[in-house]
Amino acid sequence: MNERVAIVGVGWVGFRLVTPDQSYKELMYEAALRAYADVGVDPRCDVESFVTVAEDFHEGTSIFDEYVPDQLGAVLKPVHTIGGDGLHGLGAAYMLVRTGQFDVVALEGHSKASSILTLPQVTAHAQDPVLNRPLRLNTHYVAGLEMNRYLYETGTTREQCAAVVVKNRRNALSNPSAPYGADLTAEDVLSGPPLAWPLGCRESAEHADGAVVMVLASEAKARHLTDRPIWIQGVGWCNGSASLESRDWAQAPYLQEAARMAYRQAGIRNPERQVDFAEVDDTYAYKELQALEALGFCHPGEAGVLTERGVTAPDGDLPVNVSGGSLGMGHLLDATGLARALEAVLQLRGEAGPRQLEGVEVGLVGSWRGVPTTSGAVVILSNSKRREPWV
Amino acid sequence: MGMRKVAVVGAGMTRFVRRAQETGKELSWQAARMALESCDMTLDDIQAVCMGTAPDAFDGVHMKAEYLSDGAGAWRKPYMRSYVGGGTGVFVPIQGWYHIASGLFDVVLVVAEEKMSSYYPHAQAAFLTIFDHTTERPLKPNLLWIFALEMNRYMTTYGVAKGDIARVSVLHKRNAADHPCALLGDPHITVEDVLNSETLAWPVQRYDVSPVSDGAVAIVMAAEHVAARITDRPVWIEGVGWSLDTAHWTNRDLAYPRYVEHAARMAYEMAGIKEPRKEIHIVEPYDPFDYKALHHLEGLLLAERGQAAQLYIDGVAARDGKMPVCPSGGLLGVGNPIAAAGLMKIAELFWQLRGEAGARQVPGQPTRGLAQAWGDLMQVGTVVIMGR
Repeated sequence: MNERVAIVGVGWVGFRLVTPDQSYKELMYEAALRAYADVGVDPRCDVESFVTVAEDFHEGTSIFDEYVPDQLGAVLKPVHTIGGDGLHGLGAAYMLVRTGQFDVVALEGHSKASSILTLPQVTAHAQDPVLNRPLRLNTHYVAGLEMNRYLYETGTTREQCAAVVVKNRRNALSNPSAPYGADLTAEDVLSGPPLAWPLGCRESAEHADGAVVMVLASEAKARHLTDRPIWIQGVGWCNGSASLESRDWAQAPYLQEAARMAYRQAGIRNPERQVDFAEVDDTYAYKELQALEALGFCHPGEAGVLTERGVTAPDGDLPVNVSGGSLGMGHLLDATGLARALEAVLQLRGEAGPRQLEGVEVGLVGSWRGVPTTSGAVVILSNSKRREPWV
Repeated sequence: MGMRKVAVVGAGMTRFVRRAQETGKELSWQAARMALESCDMTLDDIQAVCMGTAPDAFDGVHMKAEYLSDGAGAWRKPYMRSYVGGGTGVFVPIQGWYHIASGLFDVVLVVAEEKMSSYYPHAQAAFLTIFDHTTERPLKPNLLWIFALEMNRYMTTYGVAKGDIARVSVLHKRNAADHPCALLGDPHITVEDVLNSETLAWPVQRYDVSPVSDGAVAIVMAAEHVAARITDRPVWIEGVGWSLDTAHWTNRDLAYPRYVEHAARMAYEMAGIKEPRKEIHIVEPYDPFDYKALHHLEGLLLAERGQAAQLYIDGVAARDGKMPVCPSGGLLGVGNPIAAAGLMKIAELFWQLRGEAGARQVPGQPTRGLAQAWGDLMQVGTVVIMGR
């Protein structure tokens, strides 16, 4: 067994609104090339196994895993695809290294959302075909229902949700990879057209194209490959209720469970004190607030207040989505969680440029797979190998 | 520190049928419940769930595994879906293996589900969407033609007679007659029946092909110290291997599945197997087409290239032969709900190695078996070696 695993290389391409000049294969190739160059490995002889994340309907190709090996340098290698978010893929790659069978594993996720002509209809096809689809529920409508319940039960306001949009899109202005940077006021957000009451159009992340590749290694190998390993301190993932009819509409218990699993591995008892910054899902602005509460940074109803007070701003006590989040970087379909993890790696390496946070040691990454799922994952990363024992 | 040992401790499967009345969720739960009951466990004992299911196009549900999650018993549990096309059924126990071998979990439920009948009028049409959208899809390739190409290549390269390939279909369908879950078991089928069946795309005839089916299979996997508490007859995962070849299948030697060889070599090395022909007692190679079983036996290094049919001619492959092949009845006999069919082979080895296979039991108390699946564009091999 390899007890400790580190992210030793990252590469990405994008993120852009459209990429007519690059196919998905070219996006993958470029991101992979950068990741391999980042750590100085040759995929053909140094990388022992590969994990990719993808969903067939996002690719327009059934059995999409067919088309991944060539551009990753993975031909005739142990390659498999996870039908999950990038953080699920990170969990799978983490487990592969921990088995002791592999020392170096590469992970890939991408989005070519601009090629999908009917994304809302595709997403709506994720609903239960017997019980829900006949109701012709729009995806955003389901999110609007959830937001309404969340606001009702926690006392969070629409203004507080708008503050998330203002913060994340402003953060994106300092991120050269983020295409949706903007200097907005809460008034600008709230005066936009409604999407599904109380959810407004400007509180929902637009999509972007891009690819992210990461290289993971066992401790012995990581020491040999790099002097700036980012240690994976904990990984957790969890599914809640699949059916719309029987789920908790106000909270995100699946993320709470995922966090509990990751915290236990990382020895985190008090996330508010032990985590320096977080990158969490903000597909919809209210999701960031709901996530912060599920992750245990504050009690239900407090995340909006903290956001308004600037606690989650880059200069606050708990910077959240310094990258700009999905609202600022664009939603990347199955690679969304990987883009969040990418930011955490860059911050912990001290390579985040103008948005670099000072003195950060532990970062938390959280993801959600979108409507209609209750599927979330949490990863704790650190530039220090030190880990509090969980007694 | 050595690698953590992982065992299979329970298994269950639904009947494989042409058109199930149950939803995919229900099929998943039926199999999961049978697997749990087989080892006196409940969902409370399960720490994580692994799901294997092939293209979303079959069910017409985007992110199919999310939809299936509560049926698979994953409510409020870590749940992940792995995916390697047709190879998924033998990959998902590998996923279960790495969940436990990683040290993150001690008990994992592994479920494989497929409901192909939702695709109307026929699931074959879903396979039109697996080809490259620029270079191949405009040709409207039918999967049966592609396999006709490969079968023809195999027969031509090695001079294998069609009648000898038909023996595979005969043996597997006869074996399946003893399987209570089988769709196409037939104790009386003959080589002539196969050779006289309808031609679909020469040289592929109807009885050379496994049927489109619905069904689900589940197994329970456990770490060594937990397995000892659950059963006194655990079946160990001794080796796993998988390999994915280039997507450019048209440039590949179709006569020999080198990706299966790569996967097999990885699994043999992990299991410490030097002479597979002597050390493997039961083989469940993937047999969606009869020639495929031969193809895969060669890729697994269990027969010389072009010589696998001899195993059937000499009776080596028979249930009471020296190396029984597909004692379950395989995909040709039991049915082919893609991912579930692969996991069915793992369940079969579990039952065979524990001596619980009933009428299908291989004599001589076998101690080691191998299951293999194949998938994608003649591209991926997945191999699991199990022993007691």
